[in-house]
Amino acid sequence: MRVMDVFHRLGSPKYCYQILGYCLPWVSLLCAGLMVYGVFGGLFLAPPDYQQGDGFRMIYIHVPAAFLSLMIYGIIFVSSVIYVVWHIKLADAVAKSSALLGATYTVIALFSGALWGKPMWGTWWIWDARLTSELILLFLYVGYMGLRSAIPNPKRAAQACAILAIVGMMDIPIIHFSVDWWATLHQGATLAKFAKPSIAPEMLYPLLAMIAGFGLFYAVIVSIRVRGDIIIGAGKIP
Amino acid sequence: MLKALCCIIQRDLRLTFRRRGECVMPLFFLVIVSSLFPMALGSDPKLLAQLAPAIIWVGVVLSLLMSLDRLFRSDAQAGILEQFVLSPYPLSLLMLGKSVAHGLVMGVPLLLLAPVLCLLLQGSFESLGVLWLSLVLGIPTLSLTGSVGAALTIGLREGGALLAIIILPLMIPIVIFGASAVTAANQGISYDSELLLLGALLLLAVVLGPVAISAALRASVTCV
Repeated sequence: MRVMDVFHRLGSPKYCYQILGYCLPWVSLLCAGLMVYGVFGGLFLAPPDYQQGDGFRMIYIHVPAAFLSLMIYGIIFVSSVIYVVWHIKLADAVAKSSALLGATYTVIALFSGALWGKPMWGTWWIWDARLTSELILLFLYVGYMGLRSAIPNPKRAAQACAILAIVGMMDIPIIHFSVDWWATLHQGATLAKFAKPSIAPEMLYPLLAMIAGFGLFYAVIVSIRVRGDIIIGAGKIP
Repeated sequence: MLKALCCIIQRDLRLTFRRRGECVMPLFFLVIVSSLFPMALGSDPKLLAQLAPAIIWVGVVLSLLMSLDRLFRSDAQAGILEQFVLSPYPLSLLMLGKSVAHGLVMGVPLLLLAPVLCLLLQGSFESLGVLWLSLVLGIPTLSLTGSVGAALTIGLREGGALLAIIILPLMIPIVIFGASAVTAANQGISYDSELLLLGALLLLAVVLGPVAISAALRASVTCV
């Protein structure tokens, strides 16, 4: 009963606006603190990798971006399902504001991967399963945003984009499997087999801080944009 | 129920037959695109034979996209889509009918065209059967997947380009399995798994596709 109660109250724009308003400063502060620690720890506290030297420090950008790029698509999917089933406008606002950040993280992951790949693998790009999946994820984001911007009617845009996100999420495992299968068929997954060495704590903690920081940064930006959407929807500050 | 399905298929086939010119376009498009490749790559028969399955499959996807752009256009202009939504039959059933008709209209000529293109691109005749099988399994799946995008973009100004951007990423698995089945046949390796996977995707698309198409159509027609 109580859970549903909280859920219902969160769905009300006014309550949500206030809650987000209370949380925003604290979450922003936490996010900034985590990012500062993560960057400092990643650049100075963590020892250079015994094989990759200082080049490994790219993971402090790359891994959080790659991890969140997929997670944000999951969030878009969940909010789309909520929108289609219960027609809660806030769910659509979350999906709408998430797409751009998800796409940005995907681009960051791709570019930082390329920058890391050049000195480590000797090439900017390789048609490896994981890289290809990430690229296709970017295409999915672009299609989602393109559809959103092409439909002038907000109600239709919300419904259509929700359906596209759901169909896309159904397809992601299939795409991932097919690409995996294709990559092993064509060139052997030498790079995917990269055994993850157990990581030293002074390397790991900044990484975890960066992942949390990236996640909170996403939460902050989405909250600001959702609040903006609530104001636009209500025509005034609630 | 079955009668409604047959009626829709019949109607769509008849309508396309009366406007034959329109549905020939994507086929010519396919022929032209496929003959662009030798001009860009050079006429080395070995290279072309190696690339033939990929070129044909990509060409088929592009020509299907071209025809999907028009799938709902005349119905939307005539106000038939609203009637579909209002009709007592399940919308997904009607959409399945439309997709079957589209698959037949595009699929049969594409199957007839495939050997010609195979010849043009110096592909081997031994792999023709596999190419046919992969197209038979793949085209309906492509048509069902693409119809979702077509239903989402009804009446939008940027329709064509947007449709491609939305739907092409979702079609990647089908292209991968289809083209690699033919390539495997060319190399004399077993191609069963590719065809089985194409069949699995087809079944999945037949079950889930009409539901998604009708949801998309409903969003486009009823949200005003």
